[in-house]
Amino acid sequence: MSGILILAEHRRGELRPGVLEAIGAAEQLRSGAGGDVSVLVIAPDPSKYISGVSVGCVDEIIAMADGAAEDFEPHLVQAALAQVIKDRAPSVVLVPHSVDGWGMAPALASDLNTGFASDVFSVRYEEAELVATRAAYREKVFVELDFPGKATVVLTLRSGAFAAPTTPASPRVTKMELGSSEALPSKHLGWKDPPPNGGIDIPGSAFILSIGRGVGDEARVEGFLELADSLGATLGCSRPIADNGWLPKARQVGQSGQLAAKCKLYIAMGISGSVQHQWGMKHVETIVAINKDPEASIFGIAKYGIVADMMEIADELQAQMASAG
Amino acid sequence: MKILVPIKRVASLDDEFELRSDGRDVDQDFCEYDLNEFDEYSLEAAVQIKERFADAGVEVVALTVDTEEGDDVLRKALAKGADRAVRAWDDGLVEADQVAIARVIAKVAEREQPELILCGAQSADHGHAQTGIALAGLLKRNHAAVVSGLEYEPGAKVVAIDRELEGGLVEKLQIETPAVLTIQLGINKPRYASLRSIKQANAKTIEVLEAAEIGLPPELIGQGGSLSRVRKMFIPERGRSVMIEGTPAEQASRLLEIVREVQG
Repeated sequence: MSGILILAEHRRGELRPGVLEAIGAAEQLRSGAGGDVSVLVIAPDPSKYISGVSVGCVDEIIAMADGAAEDFEPHLVQAALAQVIKDRAPSVVLVPHSVDGWGMAPALASDLNTGFASDVFSVRYEEAELVATRAAYREKVFVELDFPGKATVVLTLRSGAFAAPTTPASPRVTKMELGSSEALPSKHLGWKDPPPNGGIDIPGSAFILSIGRGVGDEARVEGFLELADSLGATLGCSRPIADNGWLPKARQVGQSGQLAAKCKLYIAMGISGSVQHQWGMKHVETIVAINKDPEASIFGIAKYGIVADMMEIADELQAQMASAG
Repeated sequence: MKILVPIKRVASLDDEFELRSDGRDVDQDFCEYDLNEFDEYSLEAAVQIKERFADAGVEVVALTVDTEEGDDVLRKALAKGADRAVRAWDDGLVEADQVAIARVIAKVAEREQPELILCGAQSADHGHAQTGIALAGLLKRNHAAVVSGLEYEPGAKVVAIDRELEGGLVEKLQIETPAVLTIQLGINKPRYASLRSIKQANAKTIEVLEAAEIGLPPELIGQGGSLSRVRKMFIPERGRSVMIEGTPAEQASRLLEIVREVQG
């Protein structure tokens, strides 16, 4: 048992960013795992992705050509990985903790009875033992996991936790054929792109005032549009506000919404700070968090914190701006 | 036709909490529990199918793998439209991880033979996003994760679904039944239970399955059936925010100063 196997996820003809981050994680593990670092590419034409994954510590690319692999089909990808795992017996299998990763990795691990941890953001060998770290209890606690008796361990890796390598590599390319030819139980029918943003530009905004569950009532949302407007900020929100239909999806910051790519100042009001939300904003240089819960995880990433009722702070902001004219 | 809805209670920590003396979990005295938010949506999706096709005789079975502490979330599920509630527990499950729990769900699924199994996409407390799809792996059933739209007519050979991907992109696909689907927040609007339905739910019986009835071999119960083991938990040292103290007026005034400083 040695070596590291990485799945090259792709979507709509593009390699997913988590793949390079997984190669970055493999760099940290390769001396402990021993053996080669291999990347599995399963696609109608794997050669298209080969240069993209020829970076960092990659020794080998396993190219599996399959006409059904243009779009992610979890059963197909699972069968391909299972075949390579049986053939190579890698110590570690790395998959992005992406929506597609969620849809495949747990079935792979439970079917093969490998070790398994998901949403891992730190990983190391302690002598011969693999130790993975993830969060629990809504990010308030970290957990170290090990995998007694497991020769192969599957890990899904948190987005943004590992740095993507930039140095080019010249891996060898091994062609492999998918052994299973079972009919696939699911069929991709098409994509639906997110609706046009209606002029709301979260990614391009330098100043975002964002509201979360703490707002409590739809009737209060209008007041925050006005507050953002008078501050010169773009109004953003967390997922529950968009799910309720209180604000359009174009205002949602986070993994299933928008990345606040150009933001310099982010005021988070009544947002506890789920990982998915943090993904969209934790890089912002100045974050001010306002929350009633002094233990809210948002205070772990904010530069400034205010423990208070967001409505009281909002009223004060409006009043003070009005009196300042 | 049956739809199985595995649910669980999730923990919220009190403002102040302590780890257990062995350092491998939080002391449960500092936890408050409620039904996993994601499971509210999977349950609602199942109940909506039942109500929309009232003549099809759909039975919605809520299942939790828990001690009797789990009865509260089953009562909630009954009040929100589940027809039956099943609780499976074996004292050996104390050290179980998500996959070891999925093994118990798989055994119950083999007894119940549901057409659809609808799980929450993840739990709100630990967020492993494992149980549903691991269950599909154990049952060797068709599966799809993070489902944000669902069209299904009881008896149909396929389900039409949307999957919510990164950045708000949606994938439309169809999947053959029987299938395991994990349900994303926002797929529907979970109902509130009426006082009457809460009262009726409290009068219903919760079916309890003990170790022998679950029927798992002993070596697959708890840690033996787990794919990971908790070594330790710890409270991370985080860069804490600089806290702005004072009255709301003082706090707001300092916030406006920060806005002006950053804006230049």
